[in-house]
Amino acid sequence: MTRKQRRLYFVLLGMLALGAATALVLTAINDTLVYFYTPADIQAKHVGPNRRFRLGGLVEKGSVVKKGETVDFKVTDLTASLAVTYTGVLPDLFREGQGVVAEGKLDGQGMFHASEVLAKHDEKYMPKEVSDALKKSGQWREENASK
Amino acid sequence: MHRFANPMRFVRLAAAIQPWTAGVTLILLALGLYFGLFDSPADYQQGESVRIMYVHVPSAWLAMAAYSTMAFASGVGLVWKHPLADLIAKAASPIGAAFTFVCLVTGSLWGKPMWGTWWAWDARLTSMLILFFLYLGHMALLNAFDDPTRGTKAAGILALAGFVNIPIIKFSVDWWNTLHQPASVSKVGMPTIDPSMLLPLMLMGVAFTTFFVTVLLIRVRSEILAAKVRAIRLNQIHSAPGAISGELVGESPR
Amino acid sequence: MTSLATYFSMGGYGGFVWPAYALTAVVMVGLVVVTWRGLKAREAELKALQELMPGRRGRTHEAQDQ
Repeated sequence: MTRKQRRLYFVLLGMLALGAATALVLTAINDTLVYFYTPADIQAKHVGPNRRFRLGGLVEKGSVVKKGETVDFKVTDLTASLAVTYTGVLPDLFREGQGVVAEGKLDGQGMFHASEVLAKHDEKYMPKEVSDALKKSGQWREENASK
Repeated sequence: MHRFANPMRFVRLAAAIQPWTAGVTLILLALGLYFGLFDSPADYQQGESVRIMYVHVPSAWLAMAAYSTMAFASGVGLVWKHPLADLIAKAASPIGAAFTFVCLVTGSLWGKPMWGTWWAWDARLTSMLILFFLYLGHMALLNAFDDPTRGTKAAGILALAGFVNIPIIKFSVDWWNTLHQPASVSKVGMPTIDPSMLLPLMLMGVAFTTFFVTVLLIRVRSEILAAKVRAIRLNQIHSAPGAISGELVGESPR
Repeated sequence: MTSLATYFSMGGYGGFVWPAYALTAVVMVGLVVVTWRGLKAREAELKALQELMPGRRGRTHEAQDQ
């Protein structure tokens, strides 16, 4: 084959090999790449107390209790839920039914002490009139649980 | 492709196209800004901060498109040794780096009020930061060697190798739990963004694209002219002594 | 006057929205300026060189003239 063809095959093969290697590496270090674990993940992994991690899910409806500077709430992924307590400023978007990511650790009693609480929003964008109309007509689909 | 093997022809063609792409850019930017900043609604949950999307998302799109252009041009340059390909890769790099920077900073400005943090080491943001470093590395390699062809080759290899980052960026929000939300526009089926907001987003998206093309054309023209200047100077140094090299050394022309 | 102020406050997010747009504008304008200046500099360089060697392509004519 010509030198040009050889170079082309070399480049394509190189890209393929690199892609495969990258895929393998990413699979191997998958655990470090996730930004948070869901309550179901935590239960499955039997995460012990005093191990720092991030918990993600939805703020369970009806679970928010404000006690002065501290707020208690539950994070759910619609299959499992975890109780959280946090003292500090909450993001604007924080509310029941909203996505949330909290960083902190579990205490011995299964309560998650969060040092930071972030809000997570979905990929839906619409004006208020549209969301109001959808809610009124019963077509409003609640935000799906974070993966 | 071979029609453009003559660089000066490309320069003339680019100079002819350029005013049109520039004009389209200005019109689309004006329309995009009008709709984005005035004639579109606030978001039901993000309020007016959603308007940052109209600069943040097109920047992200262009950051990735510019890199893809750079990687493809590098590949063509490495395999077919087409002279224009290397120049396109070189020209695209700083533009892509600039868009990546804008994407990262506007993203921070959007993330702070909405998420509650300026930065998060999730897969989407981290891979975008890596993209920025890839651009910087590419630009550095181009200038790192005394022999420019070695720099071009090294930079080209980096550009190709780094291309694996592009699907990672795109699918990061699907493959891993991330703070950054999944895609709204490229969803199979209906985009999850209201038409009144999709309009300014698309206008700005196309505007940024034509902007990229315009600036790229100017840069490639510059590179071609710079190559021509280098060629003439080299020619002067190597040509017969006498009147010619005398002028080069600084004696007054006869 | 208040509606202008209301508009600029962007629902309280003005401190984030306007810097975002300002940065984008600065970077885009900056790119155009730097790139355009670069082109003009290269064109000037080329012109200067070609004036110095007007018969570069037809050097035989130059030699005859000298």
